[in-house]
Amino acid sequence: MRNTIITAALVTLVGTASVGAQENIVIDGSTTVGPIAKAFAEYYMKQNPGVNITVSESGSGNGAKSIMNKTCQIGAMSRFMKEGEFKAAVDNGVMPVAHVPALDGLPILVHPSNPVSDLTVEQVRRIYMGEIKNWKEVGGPDSSIVVISRDTNSGTYETFYGLVMEHKGSKEKIAGSAEYVGSNGAVRQRVQSTPAAIGYAGLGFVDATVKALKINGVAPSERTVGTGEYPIARALYMFTDQYPEMGSHLYRFITLYLTPEGQEIIKTIGFVPVTQYGF
Amino acid sequence: MSDIQTSHYNTGDLVLSRRASIRKQVAAILGQGLLFSITSVAALAVLFIFYFIARDAWPFFHSRGIVEFFTETAWYPTRDPSRFGALAIFVGSGLVTLGAALVAAPLGIAAAVCLSDVLPFSLRQIIKPVIEILAAIPSVAYGFFALVVFAPLLQNSGSRVLSIAWWALATPTLGIIVLAGGDILAEKFASGKHFRSARILLTGIMALTSIWLLVLVGRVLGGITITTGTNALNVSILLGIMALPTVVSVSEDALQAAGRELREGSYALGATRAETICRTILPAAGSGIFAAVLLGVMRALGETMVVWMASGNAAQIPTPWFNFLQPVRTLTATIAGDMGEADHVTGSDRYHVLFAMGLCLLAFCFVCNLAAEWVVARQRRKLGGE
Repeated sequence: MRNTIITAALVTLVGTASVGAQENIVIDGSTTVGPIAKAFAEYYMKQNPGVNITVSESGSGNGAKSIMNKTCQIGAMSRFMKEGEFKAAVDNGVMPVAHVPALDGLPILVHPSNPVSDLTVEQVRRIYMGEIKNWKEVGGPDSSIVVISRDTNSGTYETFYGLVMEHKGSKEKIAGSAEYVGSNGAVRQRVQSTPAAIGYAGLGFVDATVKALKINGVAPSERTVGTGEYPIARALYMFTDQYPEMGSHLYRFITLYLTPEGQEIIKTIGFVPVTQYGF
Repeated sequence: MSDIQTSHYNTGDLVLSRRASIRKQVAAILGQGLLFSITSVAALAVLFIFYFIARDAWPFFHSRGIVEFFTETAWYPTRDPSRFGALAIFVGSGLVTLGAALVAAPLGIAAAVCLSDVLPFSLRQIIKPVIEILAAIPSVAYGFFALVVFAPLLQNSGSRVLSIAWWALATPTLGIIVLAGGDILAEKFASGKHFRSARILLTGIMALTSIWLLVLVGRVLGGITITTGTNALNVSILLGIMALPTVVSVSEDALQAAGRELREGSYALGATRAETICRTILPAAGSGIFAAVLLGVMRALGETMVVWMASGNAAQIPTPWFNFLQPVRTLTATIAGDMGEADHVTGSDRYHVLFAMGLCLLAFCFVCNLAAEWVVARQRRKLGGE
């Protein structure tokens, strides 16, 4: 058994050496940040053929675990590190540094025929809790609300949960009567065909067939997410062990989001670049 | 003359040299061995699947016990603290499967009877392959139809769809019941010259009751509003249609196997075609038909894509429990939907609970399959023995 491992390690070493100056960057973590990491990796590897970037998506928790165990260079997370994770990292000799490559906003969608156009985060939360069951309770028609959520696997679900269900420290759960669908596109499809539906999806999925509600009086858009006015929005993180050495591939990769190309990539996959303040 | 010659040559061929016979024996052993091992691969695969699913399901039951899993309805696998109450999901699977059976069994058996005993041979040759095409449609296509066409239809004009379906199905069914029932009852209670008037009276009473029933149920159905089209009804109908080819072909085989002699014997005793079908052929093929329905039910229970797309996936027990108009969540959809991120690296409860569900599905299907096998074997013994 041990022999096998040594042989495998040797083979890997020899293999790496023979390729020459191949540099590996390993990214692990959130499925929400995953698309950004993947798109960046694809772009960066095309520009720098000598660099090999692997992206795995195993959830924010695993991103934190991997960075504190030094099994990856970048831990992608859709939330900030918890206190325990931070301590464990420092105890392990890892100094986590947060980078924010993009912002993420979640429009709340309803059918275009629905007269309701403005809700508070609190009202949305109570609708998803199953406390508000009828549209007439929030100024709409007399019909029971069809609550649509993303499946519990998705980063979108985690975002929604963190920002709406756990709003102001609340510990409420989504009601059992909520319907779950497998993709952002499916949320939009269900909302556009169901007059009494409410759902949430990424910014890139809002079009004329659905109506995005104003939340606390603010309509969701790249601008309001960028300025932080739209309440159901959050920063996405990439953690490194200390700030990367200037000029290294890791440094250039992690600062890609500051370049115009990086921002373009972020926009095309439906997120908001952080450099959009004040326009 | 030529016979003798042939036999002579054959004898020459049949007498083998010792070497050739050993070669052939070795080849035969190798051939049998190969076939045997290929066959055992299939059998072993089943055992291996059972073993691996059970192995990954065990940690869940070990750490969480079985009470919460089977008796609670709070399904929050990703929250902290997590809840793994799967009762609502079991009920969802059961409800959808029951609905599918209610759709597939009557339609499938009726179609099988029609194919085997009513339609002329030439028409049957056309219709049977058409029904079998249903089995060739990929389940994602059914799911897409359920989500994009059927769900909005149910939401927008569900009550009209339901009442039209009721009238279309119930009118002829009740009509037959009234006409045949009047006859049968009249025969039972009256005789001789009173028979005709008794028959008219009984048929009249039953007809009035039926019309009252038709209108009443039609009214109720017409007044229903369906808030969400992705519900147990939608999926039940779709799963029923998907199970149809299985039910039709297996029942039709069973009906065919009842044999020509039985039918001719029945006709010879003066029975009509309806009497032959109802009193002779259906009872004779009964267990085969039961097996057909079981196989169809298993198809519905194991189906994943359609339920994941169109059942709504709400982990709740509908109120009341038989309310088919509410969204439900099934075992298969939960496994498919939660598999993606349930991390197998750390082997969390969230990962193992899916195997626990898989094990329950497997166990249920296994029992159903055994039951079907047993019923068919018993039928064969009965028909062969008597």
